[in-house]
Amino acid sequence: MDYTYYPGCSLESAHSSYSDSVKKVFNHLDCNLIELEDWNCCGATAYMSVKETVGFAISARNLALAEKHKRDLVAPCSSCYTILAKTNRYLKELPEFHQTINECLKEANLTYNLSVNIRHPLDVLMNDIGIEKIKQKAKHNLNGLKIANYYGCQIVRPERGFDDREEPMLMDDLFEALGGVNIYFPFKVKCCGGMLMTTYEDVAIKLSKEIIASAVENRADCVVTTCPLCQMNLEAYQDVINKEYKTNYNMPILFFTQIMGLAFGFNNKELGIDKLLIDSEKFSDLVIK
Amino acid sequence: MKIENIKVPGKLSKKEEDLRESFLRQLEVVPNSEKIKTCIQCGTCTGSCPVSYAMDISPRELIALFRAGDLETILNSKTIWVCASCYACQTRCPALIKITDIIYALKRLAMEKEIYPPNFPVHSLSESFVKIMNQFGRLHEARLLVYYFLKTNPAKLFSFMPLGLRMAKKKRIGYTASKIKDLENFKKIIKKAELSDMPREVIEKAYLEKTVGYSAVEKDTVLESKK
Repeated sequence: MDYTYYPGCSLESAHSSYSDSVKKVFNHLDCNLIELEDWNCCGATAYMSVKETVGFAISARNLALAEKHKRDLVAPCSSCYTILAKTNRYLKELPEFHQTINECLKEANLTYNLSVNIRHPLDVLMNDIGIEKIKQKAKHNLNGLKIANYYGCQIVRPERGFDDREEPMLMDDLFEALGGVNIYFPFKVKCCGGMLMTTYEDVAIKLSKEIIASAVENRADCVVTTCPLCQMNLEAYQDVINKEYKTNYNMPILFFTQIMGLAFGFNNKELGIDKLLIDSEKFSDLVIK
Repeated sequence: MKIENIKVPGKLSKKEEDLRESFLRQLEVVPNSEKIKTCIQCGTCTGSCPVSYAMDISPRELIALFRAGDLETILNSKTIWVCASCYACQTRCPALIKITDIIYALKRLAMEKEIYPPNFPVHSLSESFVKIMNQFGRLHEARLLVYYFLKTNPAKLFSFMPLGLRMAKKKRIGYTASKIKDLENFKKIIKKAELSDMPREVIEKAYLEKTVGYSAVEKDTVLESKK
């Protein structure tokens, strides 16, 4: 199967390891990710809070570009995923607004006819490719690796998408099939603070701390996430959390495709695990044990 | 989507009436935003909100204030800027109110009217973001932080240094901004879309400015793209 791939700005720089691991995993499962040519930033939450129509119009430019290929659009970043999906939904629900946006797109000789499906890699892996094929293609067993599955807010909300909004299970099912152990983790859809880390650091630190504390209390080996911003907040600010709350957390935070990649037999470098700030290279030994 | 029949008790001040009109216009682009009328003040939103403890007005109070005709107090509060837009309230609201999307609309209203809580430069982050986007078509994270802290608190840039160095060591910082190829057409889309976002009086003023006097001679006017 072929999919159009929308990496997004974050996966281009700070989180290239997410992009690398997504591509590796998809190729291993005989799927092609073809990058959308000349994509632009989705606008994230920031643009929507300044100028609504512009936010939707630039987001719709990506959809218009993707429409030509008649493939589903895969966006691994939670923020990109939710913004692109929101744009799609709004344009479908508000015909007049759709017309306004198309008039804007016409300036660039583009038009969007609402035919693109926005997909998250987790959705594609579990619902298109399927757990059976993933199990077949796995080279190693996760050998009881204790995983806290952290979905974050944006891939399951606001509308019910491909998984439950309060108790999503797809990642749990995935890692159970690969031989991991899903620990009790009530914080799986709690907010990490997102962009508040730059604007209201104390608030975001508290939210991130609660998530890590829950993973530590329930004896997770690692937290696994689907979102670059969550990964950043939870990993890079553990120092600050430790200082503020007098803790000594050192919890590895990985992307779900990195753990999958280990089970598929890729090494740390190929999956970008060597780029993580908190040493997580030990997991590959555990998996190959 | 028109929201009609949202009545307020008593008579509103001129300023409040003006705010209210702009706010209802912002809500027109939110599907099902008229559900705001059906709030039962149960407080599920406040209870679900992970950051309500840091707000001066809770999400439930926010809706009550809107219905009482006091948008000005809402815009002066920290609340709309503390919202991390995790959508927990919106997915749990029994009256199906689009709370998070309404808070977005309030953010836009605050920027349009330039009403912010005192000493509170949070909106600068969004503004810096927009500036970079308009320049490159993609976001450059390092640049975003620099722009934002230069605007708000330059000293904070130094506190980012240790993290910056750790990220750099792991080759996780992009030094050059990535740019889209078709930037020219991208900017055309933005320019056109900005017209629909502008408050009506600004468009009308531009119309007058561009059709009367010397500037009317200029070719590349806002209005030409409007046709």
